[in-house]
Amino acid sequence: MIAVILVSTIALAFTVSIHHRITEKEYIGITPIKKDSAASVAAFKQVYKVLMSPRCLNCHPKGDIPLQGDNNVVHSMQPKRGKDGKGIYAMKCANCHQAENSPGLHTPPGNPEWHLPPADMKMVFEGKTAHELAKQLVNPELNGHKDLQKLIAHADDGLVKAGWNPGKGRTVPPLTHAQFKKAWITWLQTGAYAPAK
Amino acid sequence: MIQLTVNGKTEKLDVSPEMPLLWAIRDTIGLTGTKFGCGVAQCGACVVHLDGEAVRSCVTKMSRAEGKNVVTIEGLSENNDHPAQKAWQEIDVPQCGYCHSGQIMSAAVLLRENPNPSDQDIDNAMAGNICRCGTYPRIRKAIHLASEMQEKSKT
Repeated sequence: MIAVILVSTIALAFTVSIHHRITEKEYIGITPIKKDSAASVAAFKQVYKVLMSPRCLNCHPKGDIPLQGDNNVVHSMQPKRGKDGKGIYAMKCANCHQAENSPGLHTPPGNPEWHLPPADMKMVFEGKTAHELAKQLVNPELNGHKDLQKLIAHADDGLVKAGWNPGKGRTVPPLTHAQFKKAWITWLQTGAYAPAK
Repeated sequence: MIQLTVNGKTEKLDVSPEMPLLWAIRDTIGLTGTKFGCGVAQCGACVVHLDGEAVRSCVTKMSRAEGKNVVTIEGLSENNDHPAQKAWQEIDVPQCGYCHSGQIMSAAVLLRENPNPSDQDIDNAMAGNICRCGTYPRIRKAIHLASEMQEKSKT
């Protein structure tokens, strides 16, 4: 009974719209949570600092061109997102960004999965308040169809972790990856509350 | 020993997997049409095709190229008659010419993926190929001409 109540609570927290609710079935198997709005909001404030850092934000731009550098300037050469987020024509991300960071200062950083979010799911961070971003991150229609389990797993995504190995000349996010992961999971498992507007 | 195909020919090279592909193409194999510009993927002078994609060979390591198919400007066509090459000659695009093997290799990918590109498509595709002589208007004109030539060659 308690489990059913908990699952239902999560389902409410992850309600997408009146047209689409996350079913209980989608959440079977997740770690039980304890709703705690204060702890959740506090954790998200830590998460938000990381998501707004250049290493995360630069590839979640408002427009279709990534940003670069610690000052979030538009990427030189203005490479376009493309349908799949991997660039277009002769300007595909992997044409310059290798599977690993290139050697030297301010050379192209690398990762085997280097890309922007796809055109049909842009997952914009740039310009979003903590309230807006928290709401967006738990909405499967805006977060890449991720349920709670996938969101938790996303903390260990290779491209996410690449933010902590950005290559010479770039700052890392303000939390360690371990601190970020802890805050991320705490935020999600305490109800994924959005900070006030 | 690293094996790869360059312009249709199998090459077995005794080089480091960390060596940039550009070094192997120019210094080991001896194909000097591909140019060294910046060395950090910022200019496009070193563009070659790696399994059809317009990679910058100055930052592409041999470990990535191993077992793959590389095409340089020397192998783009049998008789320098790829539509982009013919259009470049017709329009007389180059000034100093240094960047143009990279320009043509990038243009070839654009023309393959979008046979009838708009000005905006061309700008999007070619924005990473820098020309210090400023031949951009002629590059754009040549790509449009190459598109027409490519279309006619099909009929």
